[in-house]
Amino acid sequence: MPIDPEVLERHGLSSEEYDRIVGSLKREPTMTELGIFSVMWSEHCSYKSSRVHLRKLPTEGPRVLQGPGENAGAVDIGDGLAAVFKIESHNHPSFIEPYQGAATGVGGIIRDIFTMGARPIALLNSLRFGEMDGPDGARTRRTVEGVVAGIAGYGNSIGIPTVGGEIAFDDRYAANPLVNVFCLGIARADALVKGSASGIGNPVYYVGSKTGRDGIHGATMASAEFDEKSAEKRPAVQVGDPFMEKLLLEACLELMQTDALIGVQDMGAAGLTCSTCEMGSRGGAGIEIDVMHVPQRETGMTPYEIMLSESQERMLLAVKRGREAEVERIFEKWDLHAAHIGDVTNDGLMRVKDHGQVVAEIPNSALVDAAPVYTRPTARPAYLDEVRKFEPASLPPVAPQTALFALLGSPTIASKRWVYRQYDHMVRTNTIVLAGMGAGVVRVKGTSRAIAMSVDGNGRYCYLDPRRGAMLAVAEAARNVACAGATPIGATNCLNFGNPERPEIMWQLVEAIEGIADACRALDVPITGGNVSLYNETNGEAIYPTPILGVVGVIEDASKVMSRTFKSAGDEILLCGQGFGELGGSEFLKVLHGTAKGQPPQLDLAKERALITLLTRAVSGGLLRSAHDCSDGGVAVTLAECAFDSGGIGFDVDMPAHVGQAPNSIRLTATLFGESASRVVVSAQPQSVNAVLKLAAQLGVPVHRIGRTGGSRLAVRVEGHDAIDCTVAEAERMWSTAIERHFAGRAA
Amino acid sequence: MKFSIVVFPGSNCDHDAYHAAKHVLGHDAEFIWHKETSLKGADVVVLPGGFSHGDYLRTGAIARFSPVMTAVADFARQGGPTLGICNGFQILCEAGLLPGAMLRNRDLKFHCEHVCIRVEQADTPFTALAKRGQVLRIPIAHGEGNFYADAETIAELESERRVIFRYCDVRGEITDASNPNGALNGIAGICNPGRNVVGLMPHPERACEPSLGSADGLVLFESVVSVLAAHGGAR
Repeated sequence: MPIDPEVLERHGLSSEEYDRIVGSLKREPTMTELGIFSVMWSEHCSYKSSRVHLRKLPTEGPRVLQGPGENAGAVDIGDGLAAVFKIESHNHPSFIEPYQGAATGVGGIIRDIFTMGARPIALLNSLRFGEMDGPDGARTRRTVEGVVAGIAGYGNSIGIPTVGGEIAFDDRYAANPLVNVFCLGIARADALVKGSASGIGNPVYYVGSKTGRDGIHGATMASAEFDEKSAEKRPAVQVGDPFMEKLLLEACLELMQTDALIGVQDMGAAGLTCSTCEMGSRGGAGIEIDVMHVPQRETGMTPYEIMLSESQERMLLAVKRGREAEVERIFEKWDLHAAHIGDVTNDGLMRVKDHGQVVAEIPNSALVDAAPVYTRPTARPAYLDEVRKFEPASLPPVAPQTALFALLGSPTIASKRWVYRQYDHMVRTNTIVLAGMGAGVVRVKGTSRAIAMSVDGNGRYCYLDPRRGAMLAVAEAARNVACAGATPIGATNCLNFGNPERPEIMWQLVEAIEGIADACRALDVPITGGNVSLYNETNGEAIYPTPILGVVGVIEDASKVMSRTFKSAGDEILLCGQGFGELGGSEFLKVLHGTAKGQPPQLDLAKERALITLLTRAVSGGLLRSAHDCSDGGVAVTLAECAFDSGGIGFDVDMPAHVGQAPNSIRLTATLFGESASRVVVSAQPQSVNAVLKLAAQLGVPVHRIGRTGGSRLAVRVEGHDAIDCTVAEAERMWSTAIERHFAGRAA
Repeated sequence: MKFSIVVFPGSNCDHDAYHAAKHVLGHDAEFIWHKETSLKGADVVVLPGGFSHGDYLRTGAIARFSPVMTAVADFARQGGPTLGICNGFQILCEAGLLPGAMLRNRDLKFHCEHVCIRVEQADTPFTALAKRGQVLRIPIAHGEGNFYADAETIAELESERRVIFRYCDVRGEITDASNPNGALNGIAGICNPGRNVVGLMPHPERACEPSLGSADGLVLFESVVSVLAAHGGAR
């Protein structure tokens, strides 16, 4: 087949990129080589649009054991152990086929963790869907059901608990749902395994599922926009086999106990192609394979298809020569066949043979290092001036209690029990904060420590101000981890954006990356890896720019861990931090007024850092009984959520109005539902309160004593004016059943 | 006292049962790979939860053919205390060591949550220290836990007092609302005629430490330890 413009277009390559290929090979590529270049130079694998900007992220710190560039990042958690973690997107496959798209996303991130030599112990996910009662409600409900079932089907079967996450609903995601999955594992800090191959003549093994024609060009699909014909791309979505991956996981961890292994990488996006050239490149070596040795599920597959297949649950390993029998024995124990498909060479080439005949021969450096890097043009979007015009005083009045109930019943805020009940969140018996009760927290057996982790992001904030929105995502994830009592020590990010070839989208991406960089520096949480998902557009309409941040923290004494709920009557309730009545971009505006306008809350990173220090010190000092972050829905929703799942413990509070000028007509509303950052509601026994106040004063964190727990009512006053007074039971019913009601077809 | 924990390909609660036996209760525990033919001097055998062979066929349908199952059947026949948890329960049913089968949960969804179960009988090695009517708060985590058997078998189980655990509410009442999966007669766990083989869908090994939300599952393990100790320890 001649390589003409049509062939290039099908491969997602520009003519400039083709010239670059010819330049690096010093000849025309074969069809197989063209396929290999097309996947390695796709946006998904090469980060060609984002790479120059990702360099701005802070990636180093005293605890960082592994930064970006390997299968996953790693941080030192003490006791000679490392936490290995990463977040990754599976947005495009989940739109095409929700169950398998989400399931294989989970499978992929788990492989990234155990290839580092870590035992995976926790999963989180961050999901975005359209509105369940919007114009695409029926489709959205099917997508939600499929994605949740897919995550459950994979995670439950392989036996790694899904301990937390977050979900938001907005019609900007109706045609582009987001499925970001995070996994964390524990490894010995001195035994991290790298994805590299070295040592001439060392054998290269293929283990796992057989290769089929599924998923060919998955990485290219993830680098293009969708249109009405996207359903035709269904064959590019793979099917997951969690049982196979469970066997691979156990066998690989067993093999890693020996010293026979040199390096290992999973075949994720771009399959055998990516793993072969990246392992050779990292090890400063070459790899030669013959596709005739690759186990195949169907007959008649061409080298092109074998190299580009994205069949799931496959691993590539380089092992020490002379240890083959030992390696094969371990895999056979687990009923896996390890196929010797090639060897490590010293020529720096990726050489692919078919029955001895060379079908591709490409320098690794051309695929990995010489991939195009674009500094794409940016332009501040015109919509910003319009959406930032916002006059809160012009809003029609809403009674606070009416607003509270509307917010509690909105799926973004409502209890996610319908979701997390489908996830096995307890397997491995480490989950010491149950799903839905705060950050995900797992203890580390054999130590006194626990790991807390949280994934957060707010697309609406980022739409209104991507820089500040991204900073707020870092701050919220770090604050959530601190609410559990953990010191944040590392982060990972997943950047979900539209088409970077549009300057407005590129501007959003650059602003967000720079915001993340500033916030991570200020809060001392280096980024150890992550993922970029671009082209989240359908028919030219992009999602909200949605950077998702995953922050990991360590709790030195697991027995001190804190959760969201009030623990008993008679405790004092304290509001830490200052409210400024900021309604811009709030859930209140969206739910009650159907609008996304204004500016997201301001963020003072020094104050955020002080608040985080206050929380970790107060928890380690045993001063608190609960801690819950103020975010969507403001302090009124936060207070209500402290009462929910507590066994019906109510409260009576009288809080100061927000700081700053506001018309009287919305002063109450802005105080209760404004989403000012760096605020947390905590409860403490009366005898501990002075110690908390003293600590807060030392750190410069304003703290207000606003009331007490007890009774069976939610009673809120602002400067003595009645605002909310209802029973815990009626409010909790609204909150806890909202999502079920959508599926029962009884949504309001 | 030694707990032998059988590991099938796809078992995923094996480490949890091991942790409970070894680190919480302080007894010997050993993993037994399913291809082995000996239980290596077990005093108690545990078939843990998980997705043996991926549950791609009927749950437990392939695991019952594992070489180790001959040894498990022999052990059970000789009166050895044998506990099947979740997928382990399903395997015991497939192996014919317990009657009945598990259908998909009636809402067709996987459920992971703490539920209440009532101890119906105290004359098994795993409930000896419990009181009849005692309510235990223990997690479930299954998609196929809806116990089913024909009417004759159900009648036999009931008349022979072989229903050991039933789903209930916090007060111990058996109600439809407290039945998480649609199991007939609210059955959460049963025993064999010899009463030494017990299978249940809830996970007692996940409820052995207060920091995990409940320690109510300990009574199953403490019961078997005390029963064996009363009989002079190792068999």
